[in-house]
Amino acid sequence: MAVASAAQLRWLKIGVFVLACYPLLRLIFLGVTDGLGTNPIEFITRSSGTWTLVGLMLTLTVTPLRQLSGWNSLLRVRRMLGLFSFFYACLHFITYIWLDQFFDFAAIIKDVYKRPFITVGFSAFVLLIPLALTSSNNMIRRLGARRWQLLHRLVYVIAILGVLHYAWLVKKDLTQPLIYAAVLTVLLGWRVLHRRR
Amino acid sequence: MLIRSTKDIPSSEITPEAVYLRRRQFMQAGAVVAAGALLPGVSEASVRLAAVVNNRYSTPEKQTPYKDVTTYNNYYEFGTDKSDPAENAQNLKTRPWTVSIEGEVKHPKVWDIDALLKAFPLEERIYRMRCVEGWSMVIPWVGIPLASLIRQVEPTGNAKYVEFTTLHDPAQMTGQRRAVLDWPYIEGLRLDEAMHPLTILAVGLYGQTLPNQNGAPIRLVVPWKYGFKSAKAIVRIRFTEQQPATAWGRSAPSEYGFYSNVNPAVDHPRWSQAKERRIGEFFKRDTLAFNGYGDQVAQLYRGMDLRKYY
Repeated sequence: MAVASAAQLRWLKIGVFVLACYPLLRLIFLGVTDGLGTNPIEFITRSSGTWTLVGLMLTLTVTPLRQLSGWNSLLRVRRMLGLFSFFYACLHFITYIWLDQFFDFAAIIKDVYKRPFITVGFSAFVLLIPLALTSSNNMIRRLGARRWQLLHRLVYVIAILGVLHYAWLVKKDLTQPLIYAAVLTVLLGWRVLHRRR
Repeated sequence: MLIRSTKDIPSSEITPEAVYLRRRQFMQAGAVVAAGALLPGVSEASVRLAAVVNNRYSTPEKQTPYKDVTTYNNYYEFGTDKSDPAENAQNLKTRPWTVSIEGEVKHPKVWDIDALLKAFPLEERIYRMRCVEGWSMVIPWVGIPLASLIRQVEPTGNAKYVEFTTLHDPAQMTGQRRAVLDWPYIEGLRLDEAMHPLTILAVGLYGQTLPNQNGAPIRLVVPWKYGFKSAKAIVRIRFTEQQPATAWGRSAPSEYGFYSNVNPAVDHPRWSQAKERRIGEFFKRDTLAFNGYGDQVAQLYRGMDLRKYY
């Protein structure tokens, strides 16, 4: 179990890729079949936001799971999960800029400046960009493993900002954001405890 | 010289007679069709209501489809998702139902809903509805002008506000099992706002009885205010000297003021109110002051700083 064969690894990667495409394919299917509901733009915004958060949580689950199971091959899908999170974050961001605000940059800048939940969400998105750009093997080599790792610890900050973004936008019922906050607390708390040991 | 009352609706809003007549024909034709056959998603209990179309207070804008009005709305008594009310409100029992009129009035009364429906003539009013979250609809309500009911109970000189209370019954209203808001839902108007001819108690939608998810059997509709002012499933109307403590006002006073007039110049902390998305349209449109009813209602707020009294 500790080391997967090349074939096992390939299937694991294909499986994760297909699962990660599901939210996008679902959106396309619903869009084509008129299934996006009464407020389609809100639906796409929410869906892409949700899957960005889920993606981030799954990316952060890889390390604890690997340490618990000893299955080191899991590391090989972490990059894919991270990049899918970035992909859904882009979709979320583009939906806001294009479909929601329709490139009304005056309104967008005002929103980013005035509304804390948008400021926080926008910051999280901007911080994701360098991580996505440095995700290739070549970039790891060029940066050096230590510096690369240091940079990619930004994902902890990004995940916290992402959950905060969600919590802040909710009008009253905090149940969903609190679930993400609880999961994130476990994932980050585990790391703290693991390092102390 | 032409003297025109500011209360009058602008001529652009008056439905041309031909359209009006056609609509009446449509309504009459609809009356012979079995309830529920005409419109999809109507519960079996829905009944056609004999209502007179009131052109004076109706907009000729394109109406939001029945399906959207009845499957996408906020009604936290049944859950916080906009799809929750349609899913969870079906078991609400709207008969028997009473509405108690109390407080600073000469003739307090407990109305049986069916008696109330018979006692006042019903009108159809096609109103814009603007939600504080930045979306809007155009809805053909059927209702009773609140002023008619108020005149009958004769408020005393102490009555300055009207408080509306929603049913509190967690057994039926599943959203009330959690303290999302401090139940029951309470809303309020100043007496002159309540008396304004635009303010109605709605009992129907699209010519039929109100679906449960839209506030059956009776709800408030105040078209120049954000949607949450319009309390649903009303069981008590109380006349008071003090300004009522509204549910949203108690929950977040810095976000939900007592007046909550639609105002593109005053942002909510989370939503700019400058624009809105009309359900069914791709581009956002500019939000109008008082939701476009300024000609009729602006004088109610003369001399008030609406940034302070938001």
